[in-house]
Amino acid sequence: MIDFTKKAGFNLIRRHRAERRFQWTGRGAIAISLLFLLFMVGSILRDASGVIRQTQIALVVDLSVENIDPADPASASYGGLVKSSLRNMFPDVTDRKDKKRLYNLASPEASFEIARMVKENPELLGTTQTLWVTASDDLDLYIRGKVDVSLPERQRRISDAQIAWVDVLQSSGNIQRIANWMFLTNGDSREPEIAGILSALVGSAYSLAVCFALAFPIGIGAAIYLEEFAPANRLSDLIEVNINNLAAVPSIVFGLLGLSIFLGYMGLPRSSPLVGGMVLALMTLPTMIIAARASLQSVPPSFREGALALGASPVQAVFHHVFPVALPGMLTGAIIGMAQALGETAPLLMIGMVAFIVDIPDSILEPATALPVQIFLWADSPERAFTEKTAAAIIVLLIFLILMNLIAILLRRKLETRF
Amino acid sequence: MSFRSTLTTATALLLITAPAMARDQINIVGSSTVFPFSTTVAERFGKSTDFKTPIVESTGSGGGLKLFCAGVGEKFPDITNASRRIKSSEVELCASNGVTEIVEATIGFDGIVLANSTKATQMNLTLRDIFLALAKDVPAGDGTTQPNPYKTWDQVNPDLPAVKIEVLGPPPTSGTRDAFAELAMEGGCKTFDWIKALKKEDKPAYKSLCHTLREDGAYIEAGENDNLIVQKLQANPAAIGIFGYSFLEQNSDVVQGSIVNGVPAEFEEIAAGNYLIARSLFFYVKKAHVGMVPGIEEFLAEFTAEDTWGDEGYLADKGLIPLSAAERESWAAKINGLAPLDM
Repeated sequence: MIDFTKKAGFNLIRRHRAERRFQWTGRGAIAISLLFLLFMVGSILRDASGVIRQTQIALVVDLSVENIDPADPASASYGGLVKSSLRNMFPDVTDRKDKKRLYNLASPEASFEIARMVKENPELLGTTQTLWVTASDDLDLYIRGKVDVSLPERQRRISDAQIAWVDVLQSSGNIQRIANWMFLTNGDSREPEIAGILSALVGSAYSLAVCFALAFPIGIGAAIYLEEFAPANRLSDLIEVNINNLAAVPSIVFGLLGLSIFLGYMGLPRSSPLVGGMVLALMTLPTMIIAARASLQSVPPSFREGALALGASPVQAVFHHVFPVALPGMLTGAIIGMAQALGETAPLLMIGMVAFIVDIPDSILEPATALPVQIFLWADSPERAFTEKTAAAIIVLLIFLILMNLIAILLRRKLETRF
Repeated sequence: MSFRSTLTTATALLLITAPAMARDQINIVGSSTVFPFSTTVAERFGKSTDFKTPIVESTGSGGGLKLFCAGVGEKFPDITNASRRIKSSEVELCASNGVTEIVEATIGFDGIVLANSTKATQMNLTLRDIFLALAKDVPAGDGTTQPNPYKTWDQVNPDLPAVKIEVLGPPPTSGTRDAFAELAMEGGCKTFDWIKALKKEDKPAYKSLCHTLREDGAYIEAGENDNLIVQKLQANPAAIGIFGYSFLEQNSDVVQGSIVNGVPAEFEEIAAGNYLIARSLFFYVKKAHVGMVPGIEEFLAEFTAEDTWGDEGYLADKGLIPLSAAERESWAAKINGLAPLDM
């Protein structure tokens, strides 16, 4: 008789060692991938931290009637007011070039900010006010210690004279740092200190809404028909193979399709979230159909058979018994498809959504851009301060992706029935 | 049936939205080099007037002109930016689609710099050095050419350091690359008398000799993102990068521009026309759209204001090298008078 226990025991130590080795390799793989993730998120967070606060500079502005016509306050030269206010603070600056450097301490936005303040508070007219306006990006970088002052003056964006002025302003309390809500409430700008994410965020939201409204019903309809009703023949096979293929088609192809059909043939407005959403819907449709079919397949056949046996029509069997059980899986698939669409830039390039858009869109027909496009545009801008904006925009995009995936998980947990 | 009525409503909705609404916003496309300047003007224009802020798309010079020339009407852009002049083939394409009246505008200069890390020594190059270091074929000394044998800068010119030739530059699709080939490469190429003579005899051969960059790894195509090139230069002090002057200005703490033919890459030198690798930047306006889309004339006035493109204007802060005062005056008159393009 063969002693099986002994025979098995012969290799036991070696087999256990192999098992431990494998487990440690697995742990190592996870540790390395976590390390990379940590490095990536850490470096983005470090860059993005610069966006949390912004620098402001106090200007004493003479809003007297000589400077601003009370009948038409919008026509006043607010740029001139900002300049004269800065000149009054440093009266000994006379050289043209030095004056220009002095003016560059305040953001070009400062004059528009004062104009808005006057418009909102007409009682300011005729008085002299100390107003806080946004400082320029170079000054902001200097205040935060991002400028290496040990370098020769020529190699810096901020000159020795400017540093001297800023030090005077700082010691007299004319410079403050406040929370930078503008990043979340402004549209895009070419001045990094006032550039914000809102127009891109709204554009993304509109596009995704259009995408969901189109792709979800169409995708689920297609999946239910293909899974439950379509006859098993060559044509169905062909359609199935093509849907699987379409899921792997590079997204730029859908952009080209959108360009020729939605813009060229249907004449829909260029750069609009409507067209963006339609293109993204085309892109996510295959993913949604595949997820929805998988979810329908996972419903036990006994549900269908039981309903049919009790006299339900096939449509009733599907819609009353199979579909409600499959819905959580379909929703999860849809949300994951949408998360993919949120991060897409390539198809948007073709339909004109890679654009500089300042105004926040009011409807799906107005020109808009999207979050990943905004990241791309900022990453390509020469101004140093845009590096931080880029990182912060990436964080915003990541937060939304995590939120969407979280919703998918929660929906699944809440609605899923286990058999 | 309710299903049918839903379908009808949906179709009706689509048909209502389909006809393009009257556009009340200027639409600009074109070069990524002009993009930072065009967007700055667009933003200020939107803020300081009652018109909507123009939309500016970054499509590249060629792509922009293609869209621009596709036709007249609300679907087509009003203005296209270009980092090179419009070609006669493009003018013909425009004409074949009914875009017959085009207004040309030169807005300023862009210097193309060869920069390296401030950790390395500043390079002092001539156009001939640049050509010999980067051309695919170089003169062999007896009126024939040979594949580029040079591996280090001191082989090109004994005065240069013994550093490996490693140049990061734009890909062939870029307008910057075209301008670099034309100004720097060809400029160095024709310092050889026999090549200069070749231009008259066999122009295609002359062009291919002068414009073709080497493909053996010494010239590295680094993509369109100039910030990326600046970062790569910081990491590798031996490398030289080719990009626009505005990126040098913003990053002067980490990179330095090379001296070309004895002239440093500085604002004043480029503006005075002493720095040799500098090109003009343009935009083109569709005259048929003036009056159809509100604000085009006002936008042109904003662009040509002294406060915008002048020596002390805000575009100079963004790195645009202004035209001379006389040229600004004559161009402003042409642009605001909507003078037709003169090829």
